[in-house]
Amino acid sequence: MRIPGIQIDFKRMAGAAPASHARVDATQWAEAARLVRESSFRLVALWGADNRPRDGTFSAFAAYAVEAGLCVLELAIAPAQPVYPDISGLFPAAERMQRALHDLLGVAPAENVVAPAQAAAQSVRPWLRHGAWRADEFPLRHDFDASARRESALDNYAFVRVEGEGVHEIPVGPIHAGVIEPGHFRFSVVGEKVLRLEERLGYAHKGIDRHWRDFTVADGYRLAGRVSGDSTVAYAWAYAQAAESLLGVTAPARALWLRALMLERERVANHLGDLGALGNDAAFGFALAQFMRIKEDWVRLNDRVFGHRFLMDRIVPGGVAADASIGQLAEIAGQARSVAAEAQTLRQIFDEHSGLQDRFITAGRVTPDLARRLGLVGLAGRASGQPYDLRVDHPCEPYGALGVRKMVYKAGDVAARVHGRFDELFESLRLLEAIVDGMVPGETRADLPAPKPAAFGIGWVEGWRGEVMVALEAGEGGRIAGGHAHDPSWHNWPLIEHAVIGNIVPDFPLINKSFNLSYSGVDG
Amino acid sequence: MIPILLKILKTGVVSEPAPATREEWRTRAATIEAEILAILGRALVIRHVDAGSCNGCELELQALDNPYYNIEGLGIRFAASPRHADMLLVTGPVSRNMERALRIAYDAMPDPKLVVAVGDCGRDGGIFGAGYATCGGVSKVIPVDVTVPGCPPPPMAVLQGILTAISSRAG
Repeated sequence: MRIPGIQIDFKRMAGAAPASHARVDATQWAEAARLVRESSFRLVALWGADNRPRDGTFSAFAAYAVEAGLCVLELAIAPAQPVYPDISGLFPAAERMQRALHDLLGVAPAENVVAPAQAAAQSVRPWLRHGAWRADEFPLRHDFDASARRESALDNYAFVRVEGEGVHEIPVGPIHAGVIEPGHFRFSVVGEKVLRLEERLGYAHKGIDRHWRDFTVADGYRLAGRVSGDSTVAYAWAYAQAAESLLGVTAPARALWLRALMLERERVANHLGDLGALGNDAAFGFALAQFMRIKEDWVRLNDRVFGHRFLMDRIVPGGVAADASIGQLAEIAGQARSVAAEAQTLRQIFDEHSGLQDRFITAGRVTPDLARRLGLVGLAGRASGQPYDLRVDHPCEPYGALGVRKMVYKAGDVAARVHGRFDELFESLRLLEAIVDGMVPGETRADLPAPKPAAFGIGWVEGWRGEVMVALEAGEGGRIAGGHAHDPSWHNWPLIEHAVIGNIVPDFPLINKSFNLSYSGVDG
Repeated sequence: MIPILLKILKTGVVSEPAPATREEWRTRAATIEAEILAILGRALVIRHVDAGSCNGCELELQALDNPYYNIEGLGIRFAASPRHADMLLVTGPVSRNMERALRIAYDAMPDPKLVVAVGDCGRDGGIFGAGYATCGGVSKVIPVDVTVPGCPPPPMAVLQGILTAISSRAG
């Protein structure tokens, strides 16, 4: 695995995710970022760790998706000068990741780190720290007192103001009108038209990157599955891949087929709910009633077969924690067929409903060019011409055998994201029948050896929103030394700020729902 | 229009009967006066606050409005403002970043008011517990009437928790 144009000694990591790792210096870090951008490859994640117990330094990590898979660069940062080269000029999505990293670890992006005397850390605007800890404290550092009682300080977050005649500011959240996650949206509007939207997230920050240390490699899947509840299967699988990668374990074949079964069932559940909600956000309550009924049938079958409506804690390192009988697999295939038939009828109703289409078409448009420049990924990315789907690009077993079809569109509006959900829904239903058909017999769970300290693993799975990545480092005695779970929503949230410009405020719920990004997943 | 009507007729009515209440979930005695109960009757307006949950509990709260549980058919509905609410339904361990917003929503509710904490996180912080980023449960921030454990608790359990809280008011 390589980044074209630079000689870096990448070591291929064991495991299902095609990933390589290398330690780099600041010059290589900056140069690699530039070359990745030049080759039109992608930034997947940026995060950090306090590795002072291990080798006296902080670490910054960057994971890039290149041709053959994921390249993970690890940069050692001296505590005396906690700066690293800023990559947000090349990858705009890195801006918030870098702000979050500064809040948690106290390492800052700088323009020029090659000449430390001239290095000036840009003043880093907080992202996750809303005042729950002081500016001179950093929760990821080992010397941070996590149990100390702190008073939340009221902070004054400087939103960008829009000046002009007739411009009004509408603050929305963190508590929203419906049953939905918390986040703040600051609109600048003229009449009903949105001139600018600025998001402020971090309200659901639970300290997950520090929490990994409370778990062992064997049981950390429980935390992974609760980073973003509607993607619990994708996260648990990515975690299991990372754990298996650092342990040198392969899950048995039947477990992999069952994992794919669960992942596709999660994809379908979310697409069903979203299609109903999108209809509802355009005042088509019939859609919500119908799709939520079907979704209820769907999750009830999950419960009957696997013991949990949303399949939480079913994927574990080594395999899966639940199996399905032949009869249950037949029921799953039968349900896939009946849901496909119902969804066909509903799609036709959607397509022929002129009021609905009038709301969907051209609303919240993200052009393929903007999507490419800003790095839109996943379902929303594919709706704006960004053709990335790990199940096709880097298929892990059993996806290679299944032959997943990629659903890519150019329009980039709400209608395209609705089409994406319908088409992916039908494709997943087809995959479920194929998985049941191709299900292999055998064991469902392998034993786990004790992890070697400092062993490092990566997991990378195409969740329903997009690619989920989990990085894991083992510590002493089977415990986790550090970890990071990365949600694809990091890349997509900034695009919503662009998608709403020129649309009317009442279309915001519709546009936002058409992306349906994770708040908890990015708040970490 | 015809395909829509045909689909509605073909689907039929799928709502299931409401569950009985679970007395053991009541965690503090109600302080509501009997005459207010009589005036309020059994209609209930709920304001939901996501105090940092993983979004799993939200999926089950959204399910409450689906045709099977049909919470609106029981005279219970969600409102956009705490000023219109009788009950606060709170999910999440209460992240420190949501602590203030939760308090403001609670204070904005008129009396009499009820609070139901949903999920293991709502009960005691769940897998996140109490730490630098999480308060460790809804009761650490505001008074709680009923707690519904689970991860996430299925809609039936949440409904039972809601009805338990209401029945404590009916006397």
